[in-house]
Amino acid sequence: MIELDNVSKYFGDTRVLDGVTGKVNRGEIFAIIGPSGSGKSTLLRLIDLLDTPTGGAIRISGTEIHAQHEKDLSIRRMMGMVFQKPAVFNATVAENVAVGLRFRGASKSEIDARIGEALDTVGLASYRERRARTLSGGEMQRVALARAMVIEPEILLLDEPTANLDPVSVAMIENLVVRINRDLGTTIVFSTHDMYQGQRLAHRIGVLMNGVFSQVGTPREVFTLPASREVARFVGIENIVEGVVVSENGTSAVDAGGIRIRARSPFGAGEAVSLCIRSEDIRIAPAIRGRRVFDGNILPGTVTSVVPRGPFSRVTVDCGFALSSILSWKKVDDLDIREGSQVVVSFSPESVHVVRRE
Amino acid sequence: MYEIVEGVLEALRLIVTLDPDVMAIAVRSIVISLTATIIASIFAIPLGAAINFGTFPGRKSLINLIQTLYSLPTVIVGLLIFLLISRVGPFGFMRLLFTPTAMIIAQTILILPIMTGLTISALSAVDPVIRDTLRSLGATRLQFLVNVLKEARFAILATVAVGFGRAISEVGAAILVGGNIAASSFASSTRVLTTAISLETSMGNISQSIALGIVLLVIALGVNLAITTVQHR
Repeated sequence: MIELDNVSKYFGDTRVLDGVTGKVNRGEIFAIIGPSGSGKSTLLRLIDLLDTPTGGAIRISGTEIHAQHEKDLSIRRMMGMVFQKPAVFNATVAENVAVGLRFRGASKSEIDARIGEALDTVGLASYRERRARTLSGGEMQRVALARAMVIEPEILLLDEPTANLDPVSVAMIENLVVRINRDLGTTIVFSTHDMYQGQRLAHRIGVLMNGVFSQVGTPREVFTLPASREVARFVGIENIVEGVVVSENGTSAVDAGGIRIRARSPFGAGEAVSLCIRSEDIRIAPAIRGRRVFDGNILPGTVTSVVPRGPFSRVTVDCGFALSSILSWKKVDDLDIREGSQVVVSFSPESVHVVRRE
Repeated sequence: MYEIVEGVLEALRLIVTLDPDVMAIAVRSIVISLTATIIASIFAIPLGAAINFGTFPGRKSLINLIQTLYSLPTVIVGLLIFLLISRVGPFGFMRLLFTPTAMIIAQTILILPIMTGLTISALSAVDPVIRDTLRSLGATRLQFLVNVLKEARFAILATVAVGFGRAISEVGAAILVGGNIAASSFASSTRVLTTAISLETSMGNISQSIALGIVLLVIALGVNLAITTVQHR
């Protein structure tokens, strides 16, 4: 549906997008995730014809959208967009939602009916005659969503639609996004710096970093098999260890500063790699009880910090390099873990994701 | 001191009894300045929009020039129009000197820069997200312009009020090209509130001056009050 072909955008000497290539399929929810300033908004603005790319092409259903100026309007009218900052026209809620329909010359009775439906969907039916400026940020954003979807766009673009909202409004907007996609079959592209939101909503995720898609894949792929060290860091993998692949009795192993770690990797001996290990996959046990019955990586170490995090504690252990794990408070107490405790850290070779170091 | 108090009392009497002379002057002032404001709006608002949304070389300098002309002295405008429409001027054949039309022309030119400049400010103050939203909703160029103007309507209304205020309160141009004539017919007279105050004061008719001054103030306050009411609705 939407093809991004080596799209770049420079603002002066600043390269915001530097060759983005990817594809959004018809009917899917596609999330663009990436750190602040990675060009997510810029990419959405280019798709919505609000800015012109410096290089490359964007095609929608095969048509290069920035090539023909006379087609601007019909292409733009295929799309609806909601912006990060909630913005409403200084008019009633109903008049706000009507704007796109009026632009398309819809009849008064049709506009009336469609506004009713749209406001019902976003749960603001009783706000119809309220002045939009008097609403809360979350309500304004729902008006913006109703305004964008009432024109029944084929593509809905959402630029960090929940960035400044309270948790209840966030849940509402997320729920609406899923429903619009499911009930109307609208192709939805949204950006977020919240990787978990990407995971919750998207069929596929594009990780935008340094002006390119570092990885495009299903949430599962991106979260469990990040393509690079940077993606791994962004999707919340805390333990990233540098090493070099060595071969050891036919199975793969990685030498990390003199410590051998068993892992499955497609890379040959001598390759410089990063090991990504999720905190959840790391077990910590007191050193004395460390009997070696476990067929995996068992590393002795010293606890360097115990930091509370919600109902859990993050325990960091120095085993030559730092590894951290998430333990419940009770477990921390039971095992009597504190700074300086001698422990053993264990994890299976399967839980180690190996990426090539660049 | 006694004279001033007596003057004020007499002025109030003139207003309360709707003194025909005072009322005629007040109505004439409003008609002339309102006409000038309407004509200036017709030029200033589209011009302001064109400058705000346009991209052309010298745009910044043009805006600077317009802002400089905010403080255009009224007598200079009067003098300029006088030279153009006096018998020996290029438009002398039109016999416009000392007519209400001449005053309307002078006031229109006087308030054109400030109205254009304030229109530019009003439009550029519209949230960029609102502008993007209009484009993303598929507005044509005209629909876009109309809706941005609509969004800035209160600021534009204030612009019109400022223009009217400046037009009705100026005296320099009115006296130069109008001549403060009290003719037999309402339409050919050019005596307005400001020129009348100036004349009556110099003739020692203090109460008449105070009455006219109060009317002028009430008009100015009334316009502002109306604008504020609309803006807070």
